Amino acid sequence: MEERATKVLLEEPQTLFLAPLSRPALGSVGKTGTWRTMRPVVILDKCTGCKICWLYCPENTIFMRDDGKVRIDYEYCKGCGVCANVCPFDAIEMVPEG
Amino acid sequence: MVVNIRKLPDRYYIMPGNAACPGCPETMGLRYIKMALGDNVVLVIPAGCSSVIQGIAPRSGINFPILNIVFAAAASAASGLKAAFEAQGKDVHVVVWAGDGGTGDIGFQALSGAAERDEDIIYICVDNEAYMNTGIQRSSLTPYGAWTTTTWTGKKEHKKNIPYILISHGVKYVATASVGYPTDFIEKLQRAAKIRGFRYIHLLAPCPIGWRFDPGLTAKVAQLAVQTGLFPLYEYINGVFRLSPIAKKYKDPKKRKPVIEYLKLQGRYKHLLNKPDEVKKIEEYIENLWHLIDALEKTFTAEGGKGEAIYRSL
Amino acid sequence: MPIMGLTGNYAVAHAVRLARVQVVAAYPITPQTTIVEKISEMVEKGEMNARVIRVESEHSALAAVFGAASGGARAFTATASHGLLYMYEVTWWAAGARVPLVMAVVTRAIGPPWNIHVDHQDIMTLRDTGWIVSMAQENQEVLDLTIQAFRISEDPRVYLPMVVGLDGFILSHTRAPVDVPEQEVVDEFLPPRRQPYVISPETNLVMGNIAPDDIHFLMRYSMSEAMEAAKKVIEEVDREWAKLTGRRYGGLVECYKCEDADYIAITTGSWSGDAKKAADMLREEGYNYGVLRLRFIRPWPTEKIAMAVEGKKGVIVFDRAVSMGATGPIFADVAHTLYGSNISLMGVIAGLAGVDMKARDFAEAMRMFSSRVEEEGRVYEPRFWLLPRRYRGRPERVKEVAKRWS
Repeated sequence: MEERATKVLLEEPQTLFLAPLSRPALGSVGKTGTWRTMRPVVILDKCTGCKICWLYCPENTIFMRDDGKVRIDYEYCKGCGVCANVCPFDAIEMVPEG
Repeated sequence: MVVNIRKLPDRYYIMPGNAACPGCPETMGLRYIKMALGDNVVLVIPAGCSSVIQGIAPRSGINFPILNIVFAAAASAASGLKAAFEAQGKDVHVVVWAGDGGTGDIGFQALSGAAERDEDIIYICVDNEAYMNTGIQRSSLTPYGAWTTTTWTGKKEHKKNIPYILISHGVKYVATASVGYPTDFIEKLQRAAKIRGFRYIHLLAPCPIGWRFDPGLTAKVAQLAVQTGLFPLYEYINGVFRLSPIAKKYKDPKKRKPVIEYLKLQGRYKHLLNKPDEVKKIEEYIENLWHLIDALEKTFTAEGGKGEAIYRSL
Repeated sequence: MPIMGLTGNYAVAHAVRLARVQVVAAYPITPQTTIVEKISEMVEKGEMNARVIRVESEHSALAAVFGAASGGARAFTATASHGLLYMYEVTWWAAGARVPLVMAVVTRAIGPPWNIHVDHQDIMTLRDTGWIVSMAQENQEVLDLTIQAFRISEDPRVYLPMVVGLDGFILSHTRAPVDVPEQEVVDEFLPPRRQPYVISPETNLVMGNIAPDDIHFLMRYSMSEAMEAAKKVIEEVDREWAKLTGRRYGGLVECYKCEDADYIAITTGSWSGDAKKAADMLREEGYNYGVLRLRFIRPWPTEKIAMAVEGKKGVIVFDRAVSMGATGPIFADVAHTLYGSNISLMGVIAGLAGVDMKARDFAEAMRMFSSRVEEEGRVYEPRFWLLPRRYRGRPERVKEVAKRWS
């Protein structure tokens, strides 16, 4: 669907019509998880599900699990480390990738 | 109004996989707009980091409909967009999302015009204190002493006080906010949303790349700016000024953290850390800033506690 | 239909009212200002239902109407000269976004020195932007063309912004009888606004973020194709307007006595009337002239021009603008249109900075051209400066001025 956003359907498509259009979509520059040099790891025992990391995450790659703790979407997480720094319980650890 | 973040649903407030640098304060800010205002929003974005953050068509990494526009024209394009919605009987929040250059330099004329006309839009200046997108050149909002690629020995002038200038325009709503205090920013957005007319929010957005700090520290640096008294948080609604509750205590210089704690985290101030005279200039700036805040507080009051009632009603 | 005595600017304002424009934004500049004054008056008197945004600059004027058009409103602005130059950046943005939009440009010279009088230097800067560029000859055409502009710009085969050019003071401030159509006639002619997309929460669309270079390339190609398609649309619109009002102009070009002519003079704008008078004068002298008036500069009427000059002895082009270091802009396009032909060709640069051009001035250049063709054979003179009358053929006077003024 979003792939076709640049091509808008016309009532009378008599000419080639291309406009500079997009729609919000995941991965507008690809899988940004590959940018990571450091990886945030949630220490589940310490996580209270307070959502502070969720609130601050610049990338929207932290989600709530069914058990109320957080999980990280590593496909897109850029590894900035904001979550580890704001966590009041030191429940997120930054570990080197690779 | 109090924001309960636990009640905010899990959803894409911004689209992951966008082109923002790690630790970007702009994507943080954009998420809070969606948390505060929901989906009934159109963004108008002039040239800047957020033009690039969207990523590559036909996808966009910012989860809002957007009208991208040339650098100097954000406030005017937003005025027209809002007029179009009004003409069609649609009630939509038109929100400008512009950087400090797009607000205080090249976009200032259009901003001032839209403010004076009291256009029914929310204008947010996401202030990272330099032209980051083009590679960290100084703007009129770069603070004194900061290194940029056009001020190698530190900027010689102080930061232009845009929110103060907007108060002077007599607009309906002016606020300052910091990405270090998301709930405060969200509450301000929600209050702004309930007011008609021109609303301005100045959002401090520390940039790890341009300010030279670890990308994990974005929130911390944004908090320190407030805690050192360098960036006071306040609101001005319909002629009533008040310091934001979370930042009220920094009115007392003794409660402020030493500004050096803020400076030493940032590579852009590295050259002046061992120059006490330079640090003193920044301390003096803070003092002067609070004199101004004091004056604003005393000038824009509502008799008989009416002011507080205005804030509570929104 | 009532006949009103209207200036060109008021004709524009009435056309904007009849087109049911919803958002207008403009900034004062002579000689455009009375357009927005009149629109403001009609809005405040309740004769027109639109929002007028009194912006703080032309850059903002076009940005505001572009914003309005992107949001789904029929929008209009007007400017002139330095105002157009100031909004130049936004003209490109609006065209590239493919948002239908109409603007009036009241043509005026560009400084320094300050000068409010007519030439075409300002409007000619729009040639590369992707705007459809038209020029009117008189006030009735100003009104008709402005109404047509919305129809052309909003045609799905086109979806490009359009500018209506009218000459400063000559048309803008000179009153002439104008047949102002009834609202029902315009409503029948102009359907509700159509546009390729709307930026709104419902569509969730984003306009203008970075695109891959090859896609951007194709977008430029698409604009060029739309310009080609506009040629057909312009002709259709001309015919349809004629059905409703009885007024027909000829679409992209107007031919005046072209069929039996040996020579063609190419012009655009209000001075075409003087060129036509000159053609009549020269016919009495034995030079059979016709005048091809360009109603549109973009899309460039290649086929129409080629057809009109086929088999003629010579073509003389009158430009009221100049591309420094080259020729007049219309001449340049005529020259490429006639590539490969052996026809005699002359480009005349005249009337800059509001210098008056009367029929006898046109006649002088046309006579000189034709006599040269008949004496020398093929003539190719791309840049002939037809100086103001008192300096014409008097280089010593020009030198004297240069001496006195420096």
